Amino acid sequence: MDSIITEATALETVWTLVGSVDDIPVLGSRVVRTPQGDIALFRTAADEVFALEDSCPHKNGPLSQGIVHGHRVTCPLHNWVIELATGEAVAPDEGRTGHVPVRVEGRSVALALGEAKLSRGGCRKACGHV
Amino acid sequence: MDMHLSSNNGPVVDRNEAEQRIAGPAKERLVVVGNGMAGMKTVEELLAKAPGRYEITVFGAEPHPNYNRIMLSPVLAGEKTFDQIVLNSREWYDANGITLLTGEPVEGIDRAAKTVVSQSGRVVSYDRLLLATGSMPFIIPVPGATLPGVIGFRDLADVDAMLEAAARGGRAVVIGGGLLGLEAANGLRVKGMDVTVIHLMPTLMERQLDPSAGTLLQRELERRGIEVLTGADTAEILGDERVTAVRLKDGRELPADIVVMAVGIRPNMALGKLAGLDCGRGIRVDDQMRTSDPSIFAVGECVEHRGVTWGLVAPLFEMAKVLADRLAGGEGGAYTGSVTSTKLKVTGVDVFSAGDFSGGEGTEDIVFRDAARGVYKRLVLKDGKLLGAVLYGDTKDGAWYFSLLKDGADVSAERETMIFGQGFGGADAGDPNAAIAALPDSAEICGCNGVCKGTIVKAITDKGLTSLDEVKAHTKASASCGGCAGTVERLLAVTLGDGFTAAPTVKPMCKCTHHSHDAVRAAIVDRGLKSMADVFQAMEWTTPDGCASCRPALNYYLLCAWPGEYTDDYQSRYINERVHANIQKDGTYSVVPRMWGGLTTASELRAIADVVDKFAIPTVKVTGGQRIDLFGVKKEDLPAVWADLNAAGMVSGHAYAKGLRTVKTCVGSEWCRFGTQDSTGLGVKLERMTWGTWTPHKVKLAVSGCPRNCAEATIKDLGVVCIDSGYELHVGGNGGLHVRACDLLVRVATEEEVLEYTGAFMQLYREEARYLERTAPWVERVGLDHIKAALVEDPERRRDLNARFLFSQTFSQDDPWAERAAKGVDRHEFNLLAEVG
Repeated sequence: MDSIITEATALETVWTLVGSVDDIPVLGSRVVRTPQGDIALFRTAADEVFALEDSCPHKNGPLSQGIVHGHRVTCPLHNWVIELATGEAVAPDEGRTGHVPVRVEGRSVALALGEAKLSRGGCRKACGHV
Repeated sequence: MDMHLSSNNGPVVDRNEAEQRIAGPAKERLVVVGNGMAGMKTVEELLAKAPGRYEITVFGAEPHPNYNRIMLSPVLAGEKTFDQIVLNSREWYDANGITLLTGEPVEGIDRAAKTVVSQSGRVVSYDRLLLATGSMPFIIPVPGATLPGVIGFRDLADVDAMLEAAARGGRAVVIGGGLLGLEAANGLRVKGMDVTVIHLMPTLMERQLDPSAGTLLQRELERRGIEVLTGADTAEILGDERVTAVRLKDGRELPADIVVMAVGIRPNMALGKLAGLDCGRGIRVDDQMRTSDPSIFAVGECVEHRGVTWGLVAPLFEMAKVLADRLAGGEGGAYTGSVTSTKLKVTGVDVFSAGDFSGGEGTEDIVFRDAARGVYKRLVLKDGKLLGAVLYGDTKDGAWYFSLLKDGADVSAERETMIFGQGFGGADAGDPNAAIAALPDSAEICGCNGVCKGTIVKAITDKGLTSLDEVKAHTKASASCGGCAGTVERLLAVTLGDGFTAAPTVKPMCKCTHHSHDAVRAAIVDRGLKSMADVFQAMEWTTPDGCASCRPALNYYLLCAWPGEYTDDYQSRYINERVHANIQKDGTYSVVPRMWGGLTTASELRAIADVVDKFAIPTVKVTGGQRIDLFGVKKEDLPAVWADLNAAGMVSGHAYAKGLRTVKTCVGSEWCRFGTQDSTGLGVKLERMTWGTWTPHKVKLAVSGCPRNCAEATIKDLGVVCIDSGYELHVGGNGGLHVRACDLLVRVATEEEVLEYTGAFMQLYREEARYLERTAPWVERVGLDHIKAALVEDPERRRDLNARFLFSQTFSQDDPWAERAAKGVDRHEFNLLAEVG
């Protein structure tokens, strides 16, 4: 596991260093465990990094285990497709999972965990699932 | 700072030109450190705006007059001479009254005295100082990086060193597969060297090109005889007195007579730093190109502006313009950053990229691929505006896209047709049918078969064609790759008016392509497509890297077509196959060790029990496939669980795979009073032969020892029912969602025949069924007669199929658990990236 350094910038956003871009496989994902729950970091073919709550808005499937394509990930449990940048489910499904601001400097990846919009799972549809 | 400058500027602005000329020595002194493109562009602009305003002295570290650095690649490739790339001759400096001091690097600035001192000790005073010191090649700090024979690619001296090495022949290793590295590689190759490019990233020029274009570029360079190693990390440069080889972190050694380091550039800010100017990654400047000292300006690659450093010529020139205007006494615009485009200067390779093509929130991609012409184009749009463009093979519209991009023009009206280029639309660019109507008769519609619009329209009207298939049959348009099918349909619509209704076409694999599973598979085999990127290009995928539906299918098709050659694409596998366990609804996994033919032993059961205790596994269940399933294993525990099971002699049961799952057996003649043959023993043999294979969907076998069929063999993908005279082979059964009893394929006399038929059946299914098609729907689709024709009526074909199956098995029977438990394969899968808080 990589060492953790937390630094404060002038904007008072706390960026938490979580590792290197190279630690995440291309078109793959790695997980960062936080007190607010697991965060899934995704790396696209174009080498961008996105961070989502590791939980599908449908039935909390671990998005980190899905297949990454373009700027989306397909949940391994029921094939919901989630936008990496927003956490929004792609239509016709409806729902949104939390996302965390990511900063990449050089090859280092940092998360603004304080500014994460997390919302623990649960089905957003009126189908009674929790 | 603003105030300071304007008060300084005040009297200068008021002074008239006559006064200046008479005043002579009273002219302001401008010293330029750096005789490169940015500094001299500033001087040129300044001379145009305010001739004679300054007494100008230029210091250049290189011994030459100012030259066009970006044309060094053509000089290396022998397409231009140095004289042809000189921008300003010494006469030009003289004519403009500029004192040029070449081969004289500046070593210090005395900001209080407003003087600079050069290496030779010359001291020159300034009123305004311009730092344009450019950049230096970044030399990666590996052992041996300073050996003779390791060169950068920055100036004429580097080019001379490369040309000298090339004249001796031998091998060159270029570290860095970016713009400069590839230009160097091409130049050295043209000069006759054996060239290998080492690139850290998975695809070439990843900052300028997306992976699709990067892969096409790699193929083209390989065709030119340049070896390209991607994902290759340099560990060390070897050699005693001079470089002899490069060693990679994976242990490979590449012999080298020269090594060109082209991994990137670093702003050359040493002078600025020494003088105490505010520096970050470069010398920090504001929007007027002022440094933290109001008398000192900086432009070009040595600056950091708004947190960004630049290494392309266009931004440098934009900076130079802003600064020249300011120095000339004008109000000056502000430099606010640049939108850039790049073109690779390798003759015959057309590559263009501009803007931001990484995509992201709210963006959409338009992808065009023309396999026959080797063209790939991708436009990235957001809110009706062009955000980025990548062009490969056909870059003639690069300038047009770039201007749309820079202007932030609203392109929603042209959205449908703009990928085809400027002027495609004619009268009404927004309507694709109108665009096609506006095309001249000579416009080529089908690139594969060279069919133009006039030919197609004539065939439609003369022969009364009304469908795509008819046009295909008569003209061959869209008969090969099918990429122009949409255009041909539009042409039908335009020509026939209301008389045309588009026919339903074959069901495409997924939204990324208009080709069917069968067409893609056939192309993989017939056209020798050996990588996913090759398929994307040849079959004109409309997405940059496929989707969760087509990628696993393509990965399987490639694996099946090219055993031992194709490398499995791990990220295109569904999670269960990626981590060799079954994901459960709570994100934990289940683990099923293989029990050959359903047999187990006390020591295996003891080992399983110990694993259950040790890892506190909550649920243990006997499966329908005659083995034991351990539920609720945490992902990070998987390798340790496997290690313990491996230690007891067990391997993966592939309960997660689109592959051979189980061979269910009854006890047969060994114990059962009704048993006719050794069904258990045969089951074990079948499982030993077929385990580890990848198939379109899961495959379950069974062997029953008599027609009572206790192993339920007649609802399996392949079931063997033993009879007194031998064995019945049943195929295409399923006990799942749609229960289907098997069809009887054949009766045989010996176990050897059972094994050969099984291998042949497996291979036929592997080669012919569509991905995710079980044997039951496959047999129904193609018909039992088709299967019988291949396996029963054609013994030679049966033997060939079996031989191909056994050959593919030589690459697939490594226990994936042992690789991960003991050899650390895919270690990152099972570890957290980090734990916070």
